[in-house]
Amino acid sequence: MSDRMQPTIYSETQFYWDGAKEGKLLLNACTACDGGAYFPPRPFCPKCGSRDVTVQEASGKGTLHSYVISHMPAPGYEPPFTVAVVMLEEGVKMMSNILDCPANPEALELDMALEVTFEARGDLMIPQFRPATGGAA
Amino acid sequence: MTKASIAIVGAAETTRMGKVPELSQTGLHADAALNAMAECGLTPADIDGIATAGHDSAEIAQYLGITPTWQDSTSIGGCSFILHVRHAAAAIATGLCKTVLITHGESGRSNNRAHRPLFPSMQQQEFEAIYGPLFPPSRFTLPVLRKMKDDGLTLEQLAMVAVVQREWASRHPRATAHDPITVDDVLSAKMIAWPFTKLMCCLVSDGGGALILTSAERAQDFPTKPVYLRGMGGESCEGPMVSQMEDFTSSKAFRVSGKAAFESAGISHSDVDHLMIYDAFAHLPVYGLEDLGFVAKGEGGAFIAEGNTRPGGRLPLNTNGGGLSYMHSGMYGMYALQEGVRQMRGLSPAQVEGAKLSVVHGVGGMFSGAATVVLTSEDQW
Repeated sequence: MSDRMQPTIYSETQFYWDGAKEGKLLLNACTACDGGAYFPPRPFCPKCGSRDVTVQEASGKGTLHSYVISHMPAPGYEPPFTVAVVMLEEGVKMMSNILDCPANPEALELDMALEVTFEARGDLMIPQFRPATGGAA
Repeated sequence: MTKASIAIVGAAETTRMGKVPELSQTGLHADAALNAMAECGLTPADIDGIATAGHDSAEIAQYLGITPTWQDSTSIGGCSFILHVRHAAAAIATGLCKTVLITHGESGRSNNRAHRPLFPSMQQQEFEAIYGPLFPPSRFTLPVLRKMKDDGLTLEQLAMVAVVQREWASRHPRATAHDPITVDDVLSAKMIAWPFTKLMCCLVSDGGGALILTSAERAQDFPTKPVYLRGMGGESCEGPMVSQMEDFTSSKAFRVSGKAAFESAGISHSDVDHLMIYDAFAHLPVYGLEDLGFVAKGEGGAFIAEGNTRPGGRLPLNTNGGGLSYMHSGMYGMYALQEGVRQMRGLSPAQVEGAKLSVVHGVGGMFSGAATVVLTSEDQW
């Protein structure tokens, strides 16, 4: 695990990684247009260009939008492993692995419900997703 | 009647392709450039414009002994050279230079180079690479399961892309892979990134190519049969994070680039005799056919599987065998252009009889960018 790549964090994205350490998935959202949440973080709205943006906590719920099962090597990963794109409830997409789920097509059904979790990696917590446990939200 | 204004008068690939361990990456640029200059009787002193991707144009200019008055190092991935064609055309048309050399060289297989060609993206590193998709086979393929579910694309149709292109490659002596393959061969090949097997992924090759462009009025001064640019082509980009692609079933960059190229050329789809769609992976011709408007959305896979793009079909596509079977150095766009030029010269080993109009479309990065040009053998239309 410790061999896995660390993100290079910049001042504009520090809040996102600070939030993850507290178990929160934080998104930027525009307050000037109806653009809503967007990803990845940046201090302006990619739809209208306004700097009037805020930070909101995502619900942590999403669905499996698409994926591949990678048989290619990656530091700290044991192939085959799942590389997925999650559609968050807030309507933005982000990359993730799918934890607590076998890396085979039978177990990975498109549009299945997912929930956020966090993977400890060095000093950081990395947002990850796993099949939803069905608990009350 | 519109008269052609820009002509391609030189076009050549490296002397050898596939595995070329004796040449460095800059050496591959030079080998292709010298071959292209030789076929149209030019020397480096005759070139006043240079464009390349993956290297600083100054590096290639100095290596070849060229002193340009115009240069372009725009690098948006493998379709950069297609984009250079339209940039060069604009430069020639506005008098910034007279004779442009576009070069590509890539030691993709032997790795005789100091760097890989594609610029890294900060956002891609921070928000995608950390999840382990470090190579194109596990990034470029990410949208495909979504397209299969939403648009009915099937695994067998994807496999047919590879099968049909191998048929074309069998006619090309310089293609790397010649032997016929079946859908079963493709589906049972080594798994690379589900649902993609090795035969749905491009080759990894060494090679290069070069083009020489000038004004159409000068074209008759050269010994080669000129190939003309019809319209000014198109280009666009969406961005290097494949996870942020707006619609996983359709490329915005493809749609914008293709529409501009068709409008600029004043052509409709039924005018197209020959088509090249950059195929780093088997799904790209499917997206390309749909996003360029040759078929309706969701029909690209069936169109290929039904044989419309194979030898004898009504829309010959990727007639060199493509990145899947011809060669793929990493930035394949130059080879799509070379086959388009060969077809318009009437000199392809897989010649489409009577072809007068060729559309060459390419992708850059992982659905990051796109460029499209329209080539023709006719000097007016």
